Amino acid sequence: MDVLGLYNYWIVIVLMMTGFYVVISRGNLIKKVVGLNIFQTSVFILYISMGKIIGGTAPIVAPGVTVYSNPLPHVLILTAIVVGVATTALGLTLIVRIKEAFGTVEESEILQQRDDT
Amino acid sequence: MARQEGGRVIEILVDIVLLSFLAVMAVGILRLRNLFAVVMLSGIYSLISAGLFVTMDAVDVAFTEAAVGGGISTVLMLATLALTTDKEKEPLANLQIWPLLAVFITGAALIYGTLDMPSFGDPQAPIHLHVADRYVAEGPGATGVPNIVTAVLASYRSYDTMGELTVIFTAGIGVMLLLGAGSRRRKD
Repeated sequence: MDVLGLYNYWIVIVLMMTGFYVVISRGNLIKKVVGLNIFQTSVFILYISMGKIIGGTAPIVAPGVTVYSNPLPHVLILTAIVVGVATTALGLTLIVRIKEAFGTVEESEILQQRDDT
Repeated sequence: MARQEGGRVIEILVDIVLLSFLAVMAVGILRLRNLFAVVMLSGIYSLISAGLFVTMDAVDVAFTEAAVGGGISTVLMLATLALTTDKEKEPLANLQIWPLLAVFITGAALIYGTLDMPSFGDPQAPIHLHVADRYVAEGPGATGVPNIVTAVLASYRSYDTMGELTVIFTAGIGVMLLLGAGSRRRKD
């Protein structure tokens, strides 16, 4: 089996699952957002890995260069990064409002307060 | 020829080392409970992934990730920490059985899915055999931009990029409304 050729994808899966685990197992909302970011970046790495050609260069046309890596995943991921920071900003703002309303950013304490009322 | 071969080996080595760094850092983020350290680590994580993008020839993605992921996201998170708290409450258990089970099953399914993926950097992978060559060959001539990523983003797909601006605009309005509503209530 081609372990070196699949190493990128496997690390991507490890990162993805670490991010996923942080999101579903940690109660702190800020940590959840950080976990979501890890997950997101791992998807970026997956796409860029697929676009890479060994021996190619960055897709900027220059004389004397014949092999370029695939530019299309790069375009997709540029859009994804910018949209990602927009969602992160919105999520963090919601956390600030939750802190103002409940006085905590821990999921368990928020649920406790909701049950008490 | 031998020199070119050596260059490729180094290319793959750098790739492997940076990826391993990322994995270590993700585990660090999982285990740390000081949120300030977590946010700093996630900034470094973004920066190293930007370095990884450079080794994989995605220079445009790399500087966007370094500026937006490593810069703006980190600043936003630090601002959030300043307005909330930088201590995470102790979790029920460091390793929780149901989330772990979900993660391992999903991960195993994904690893099974990678087994017939094309090898990293293979020029014959299906992704390289479709339209990419046409953009490389015709892009600079058709748009006048030598950087093909910019040509696709701002010329071939400029409407999509405008749609992306709408997304950012909407998010910006959302942030302003949410924060604005809070400050008005505090004044009352």
